Amino acid sequence: MSSLDLARWQFAITTVYHFIFVPITIGMGFLVAGLQTAWYRTGNTKYLKATKFFGKLFLINFAMGVVTGIVQEFQFGMNWSSYSRFVGDIFGAPLAMEGLLAFFLESTFLGMWIFGWDRLPKKIHLASIWAAAMGTVFSAYFILAANAWMQHPVGYTVNEERGRAELTDIFAVLFQNTAVSSFAHTISFAFFTAGSFLVGVSAWLLVKNREKAMATSTLKLGLVTVMITFVMIAVTGDWTARIMTEQQPMKMAAAEALYETKANAPFSLLTIGTLDQSRPVFQIDIPGVLSFMSTGDVNGVVEGINDLQAQYEKQYGPGDYTPNIPLAYWGFRLMIGFGALATLFALITLWRLRKGELPKGRWFLPAMISMPFLPILANSFGWIFTETARQPWAVFGLFKTADGVSPTVGAASVAFTMIVFTLLYGVLAVIEFKLMIRAIQIGPEVIDTSELHSDVELGGDSTKKLTMAY
Amino acid sequence: MELTTFWFIIIAVLWIGYFVLEGFDFGVGVLLKTVAKTQAERRAVLTTLGPLWDGNEVWLLVAGGATFAAFPEWYATLFSGFYLPLFLILMALIVRGVAMEYRSKYGDAKWRARWDNAIMISSFVPALLWGVAFANIVRGVPLEVQNNVIEYTGGFFNLLNPYGLLGGLVTLSVFMTHGAIFLALKTEGAIRERARTIATKVGLFAAVVTVAFLAITVTAYNDKLEVYGLAAIVAVAWLAALGSNLRGREGYAFLYSSIALAFAVITLFTALYPNVMPSSLLESASLTINNASSTPYTLKVMTYVAVVLTPIVLLYQGWTYWVFRKRISAAQIPTPEEGVLDFSKLPK
Repeated sequence: MSSLDLARWQFAITTVYHFIFVPITIGMGFLVAGLQTAWYRTGNTKYLKATKFFGKLFLINFAMGVVTGIVQEFQFGMNWSSYSRFVGDIFGAPLAMEGLLAFFLESTFLGMWIFGWDRLPKKIHLASIWAAAMGTVFSAYFILAANAWMQHPVGYTVNEERGRAELTDIFAVLFQNTAVSSFAHTISFAFFTAGSFLVGVSAWLLVKNREKAMATSTLKLGLVTVMITFVMIAVTGDWTARIMTEQQPMKMAAAEALYETKANAPFSLLTIGTLDQSRPVFQIDIPGVLSFMSTGDVNGVVEGINDLQAQYEKQYGPGDYTPNIPLAYWGFRLMIGFGALATLFALITLWRLRKGELPKGRWFLPAMISMPFLPILANSFGWIFTETARQPWAVFGLFKTADGVSPTVGAASVAFTMIVFTLLYGVLAVIEFKLMIRAIQIGPEVIDTSELHSDVELGGDSTKKLTMAY
Repeated sequence: MELTTFWFIIIAVLWIGYFVLEGFDFGVGVLLKTVAKTQAERRAVLTTLGPLWDGNEVWLLVAGGATFAAFPEWYATLFSGFYLPLFLILMALIVRGVAMEYRSKYGDAKWRARWDNAIMISSFVPALLWGVAFANIVRGVPLEVQNNVIEYTGGFFNLLNPYGLLGGLVTLSVFMTHGAIFLALKTEGAIRERARTIATKVGLFAAVVTVAFLAITVTAYNDKLEVYGLAAIVAVAWLAALGSNLRGREGYAFLYSSIALAFAVITLFTALYPNVMPSSLLESASLTINNASSTPYTLKVMTYVAVVLTPIVLLYQGWTYWVFRKRISAAQIPTPEEGVLDFSKLPK
């Protein structure tokens, strides 16, 4: 494999892996903050129990998100130095802003929250988890704005002499509709992921007849979160799809394996293409739906892959402008499919819960155990689709992925780092998974009610035993 | 002042923040097993870092992001050029973060012993390599113009020259001393006593290598008079730190060792200016604040962001240090341990 292929694999592996943990961090931060607020307001210890229990799971996950995120900050320079030189004037700004505004906020206040139980007054302690949660959302915004610029570059000119793109309008970069819609869609999915996590864990506890009061509340919170965010995902997904059709028609055509331009284009449920992927041999379609998704009109015209390829050759010169169609097609469907399956499980559970009972079928426990994983799969396939279906471009219409790799870094170096990262990530995944399972099996701790009513002095009491230590 | 110079200073400030703060993190990590013998002592030592380490590490991420934004050519050449050392540092930071967070999750002795070793090694590696990297940047590395871009062409072993390795010894021993002083300030009892002794011993070694390193730096890799003065401040502050530590004035010791670290970074950046990466082959192939920088517009945007946000960050991060200012002793670690995920806790 060339250093280009290896660098792409390394980016794919490290980024998809990083993004397993990110949505849970974002969503769970707010849900835990919500639970702690409920405890602060009502004084009901079931909320405190839930805060500490899900807080512990949240932190096991958070650590992995943090350490795998460090690689992302430097990988552009290491493996993609030519890309970094070309886009740095624009792309570096949101990254630096993310660090200054978001990373400091989340790391500092999360540290305060973890160790603050006996060091901070209750109100400030509560505020610290909210500040940390806000940090994760700011972080998402800036990195998605940077990614949106790769999907749809705006606010720049190309300086031929320096051989780079240069920023002319930071507000266009930060607030273009590509960034806003992608942020709305991703954040909705992050909450969906965290909601599903809550549902899975709480339902498991209930099936095992444990922690009924707490787990019933957190199950409901999770189910409601899933149902609300499902609607948000659908609305923002629809918005994102229309923007994508307008800005990257090839991506939408690839997602649908739509080879010829069509009015009243169908949404395909299944497509099998010829080996050279130039035309389909078998398709099951729902008429008009793709046109509606892309244009808002069942009779709208959707451009096909073959026409776009011809058009791009004219516009950008000879070359292959068609992404990997099966990957885009299935990535798009698996994203929707896994998300829909989790929603279905949540809907049935919510329906049965109105009479205060859980579904009884033998499917229920396996379904609940799968709940935390389904959105993770949906997230991963969604991003695999979004990024691979932009290819051959790194920055759409402006800079090709193949031109981005570091010329001074040989294939052997990239292969070496890729293998070691993958092995390390594999080992860490096993450790994290086992810790998470064990923490869930042990369940919530018994709450010591003796000190619940006294508040804590700022800085704490150093003569007492620590409630939190590393 | 030109914005390029301003951003050169900002990058220096970010590295000062990183070295002063994560410097003691690394030092404590390297010394973990030396300074803390019992389980309770180890947990007390790690708890002094617990609320702080992640925020400290963000200084590095912001230094990286700010370099990308303000000096993309520097970012690209440095990180693709120093590929393997940076990779080793990243591996260490990954392991270190996970080790800090997971180490005490189980009570099992083998589990903890492994993570203790992981914390030591993963603190040792970056503490050494940052020095090697910075010494090489100041010394100048083989940079050549290829296809209109300045690329590093030196390979990995080129970085392991005597001056580079001496730089590594400097950061390693200085961070270890800085960490020991931090522990003396933040703990009680046996840990505090051990930490003070270690600070003196390692601190004297650090003084020798640092003076040697600075002497070579100011004479061989520097053409500015003020750098002599800055290097002298480093030496004086360092001796003041060791003296305060000997007299049991740990707060002052930590202040002086922080000043020494800050001025060490200032010395190196001043010697470097206006280069960001001098070429050892050809002066015209050096990366400077001008040929590596972003456009004036981007620098202006980033200046607004930095000027507004940096004071706020300093304020709340400083406040965290104030909230967690009290000393921690091994006696404060509950026995039997609480919140540890052991199977004995499984409901029957």
